[in-house]
Amino acid sequence: MRRMPPERAADYYPIAYPALMLGLFFVVPFAIMLAISFFQRVQGGFYEPAFTFANYGRFLSVFFGEVLVFSLVLAALVSAVCLLLGVPFTYFLTKLSRKAQVFWLVALLGVLSLSEVIIGFAWSTLLSRTAGLSNLLVAIGFMDRPDAWTPGFGAVLTGLVYQAFPYTVLVLYPSFSRLDPSLMEASRTLGASPLKAFFTVVLPVLRKTLIATFIIVFIFALGAYLLPQILGRPQHWTLSVLITDQAVYQSNMPFAAAMAVFLVVASLSLVLVVAALNRKGAGQ
Amino acid sequence: MTKETKFTLTRRTLLAGAAAGASVLAMPNVLRAQDRTIKVGVYGGYFKDSFDKHVFPEFTNATGIAVESVAEPTGEAWLVQLEQAARAGAAPADLSMMSQVAMLKGQSTDLWAPIDLSKIAKADDLLPQFINKYPDGRVAGVGAVAWYITLVTNTDVYPEAPTSWGAFWDPANKERLGLLALVSNSFLLEVTAKTYFGGTGILDTEEGILKVMDKLAEVKPNVQLWYRDEAQFEQALKSGEIPMGQYYHDVTGLAAADGFPVRSTFPKEGGISDSGCWALSRASDKADEAQIFIDFMTQPEIQSLMSRKVGTAPTMKRSVLDLTDEEFAAVSSDIDPIIPRYDLYTTKADWLNQKWTELIVN
Repeated sequence: MRRMPPERAADYYPIAYPALMLGLFFVVPFAIMLAISFFQRVQGGFYEPAFTFANYGRFLSVFFGEVLVFSLVLAALVSAVCLLLGVPFTYFLTKLSRKAQVFWLVALLGVLSLSEVIIGFAWSTLLSRTAGLSNLLVAIGFMDRPDAWTPGFGAVLTGLVYQAFPYTVLVLYPSFSRLDPSLMEASRTLGASPLKAFFTVVLPVLRKTLIATFIIVFIFALGAYLLPQILGRPQHWTLSVLITDQAVYQSNMPFAAAMAVFLVVASLSLVLVVAALNRKGAGQ
Repeated sequence: MTKETKFTLTRRTLLAGAAAGASVLAMPNVLRAQDRTIKVGVYGGYFKDSFDKHVFPEFTNATGIAVESVAEPTGEAWLVQLEQAARAGAAPADLSMMSQVAMLKGQSTDLWAPIDLSKIAKADDLLPQFINKYPDGRVAGVGAVAWYITLVTNTDVYPEAPTSWGAFWDPANKERLGLLALVSNSFLLEVTAKTYFGGTGILDTEEGILKVMDKLAEVKPNVQLWYRDEAQFEQALKSGEIPMGQYYHDVTGLAAADGFPVRSTFPKEGGISDSGCWALSRASDKADEAQIFIDFMTQPEIQSLMSRKVGTAPTMKRSVLDLTDEEFAAVSSDIDPIIPRYDLYTTKADWLNQKWTELIVN
C-alpha cells in the first residue's frame, strides 16, 4: 500500500473529525483564554470585557520571571531524570518474556490511575519525619534520628518523576520493542562491548523518540500544580500554582489567563527550539 | 435490504433510547411536584457531615422542604464557581454558607439576591455584626455560624499550652509551624498587628502594612508548611509532624474529643473571629424556600443545636440561647477577639496578594 498525497478536497475528509474536535476542545478554549487575558480586572469583584495590556504588564517583573525560570528548570529536570531512569528500564523491559512485559505495563498503567492528590499525600507520608522512610534508615543504623524530607525540592522532584515515569515508559516502549535486534548483533560482531553498542548504536537510532519523550514529559511536568503545593515549600511553587491561586482564590481570571498564555508561549518556543536543533543535527 | 434493516434497527434503538431518556427526565419532575427542595452549599468534610446528620433533617421535618446539600470548597474557590455559573444563569447551590471576604467580593458583582429580614421572625435577636449588608442597605447575607481560628498545638510535643501568638516568632519553634497560605484566609497580618503593633489600626496605610509584613517575615524560618488544604495540616498536627500552627477551633475540638493529642488555645491577644453567612445566588429560583430556610436557622434552639453538634459559635444574642456557660466556653472565649480587616481584602486585594506572595515565596 502506497500513501498518496491528498489531491482533492474530498481527500481531507478523514481528518475532518479530528480537526473539528481539536478546534472545539483546544482552539476555542484557548481563544477564550487569550481574549480574557486582555480583559479588565475589577478588584474585589470579577472582570469585564476590555482591551488592556495591564495583565501582561504585571507579569513582567523579576519576581514572576524567577518563578517562570524555576518552573522551566524543574520541568526539564523531571524530563531528564525520567529519561535517565526510563531508557534503561524500557530497554531491559523489552528483553523480558511477553508475559513479564504485560505485567510491567499493566503495573505502570495502574500508577496512571492514581490521582495526583493520592500520589501527593502518599509521598508526603513516605517522606515525613514521624512515619516516613527515614525511620527505616534509623532502624538499620544508617541515621541517628528520623528526619523530615518533605516539604522540599527533593520531595517535589520525586513526586513529579513518580507521576511522569509511566508516561515515559509508555512512550518509549513501542520504539524499543520494534528496535531491530540485528543492529545490536552487527555492532557486537564488529567488536563493540554491549555498553558501547547501546550508546553508539541503540540510542542514536532512537534519538527522535528520546526527544519526543523529553518534550512530552516536560510539558506534563510544567502543568503540575498540586504536587509542588503538597510536597514543596513556597519557593518551590511553580507558575502553575500561582495561576491556580489567581484563578481560584483571587478570582482574577484576566491575570491568570495572561500568566497561562506566557507559560504556553514559553513552552512552545522551547519545543520549537529543540525540534529545530533536532532537524539540524539530523541533517549533519 | 441490508440498508433497510439497519435503518429500522437504528430507528428502534433511537426510539427506545428517547423513551428511556424521557422517563428518566420526567421522574424527578414528578417528585419535585410533591416535595419542595433546596440546594444548600456548606463546607465539605466534617462540617457538611454534621449538618447532614444533625441540622438538615430537623429542617425537613419542620417544613417538608428537602435539603440537597452540596459540598463547597473552602476559600474563595466556591465564590468563583457561583459567579461563573450565575453569569450563565445557573446556580450550583441556591443558598451557600459564605465567609465574610467572599460575601464582600460577591457584593461587588451583585451576586447575592437581597434577603427580606421581615420574613425572619427572630431577626432582632441576631447580633448586628452578623448581618451582611450592601452599601445601599439591602441585606446580602444573614449570619449562619461564627467560628474562630486559634493557636493549635500537639499535646505530645507541647505539654504546656502556649499563651500568645508570639510563640510563632520563638526561635525554638524552628520548622514547626503550619500556617494558612493565603493572605485573605490566614488573617496573619491582623494577628501580627495585634500582637506587636497594638492593634489592626496600623493596617490603614500601605506603609503600615509593609511594616507588619516585615515583622511577619521573621516567622518564615519557623514555618514548615504553608497550607491551602486543611486536611494536609490537620493530619500533620495530629501525628506531631508539624506540632504547632493556626487552625479552626471547632475542628480541633472535635479531633481532641476523638482522642487525638491536639489542643486549641485562645491566645491572650484573642482568637481570630470569622463567620459564615447564608447567601442566596441571584441565579436561584428558590427565593421562597431560601427565606423559610434562613428563618428556620435563625432560631435560638437551632443555633444552640449547631453549637453543641457542629462546634460553631452562635450568631444570636447570648441571652436568648439556652447554652450553659460551659457549652458556650467550648465554642467561644471571653478574650476580645481579633476582628479581620475585611475592607482590605476588597479595596487592596491585588496589591496585598502580590506583596504577600512575594513575602512567602522569596
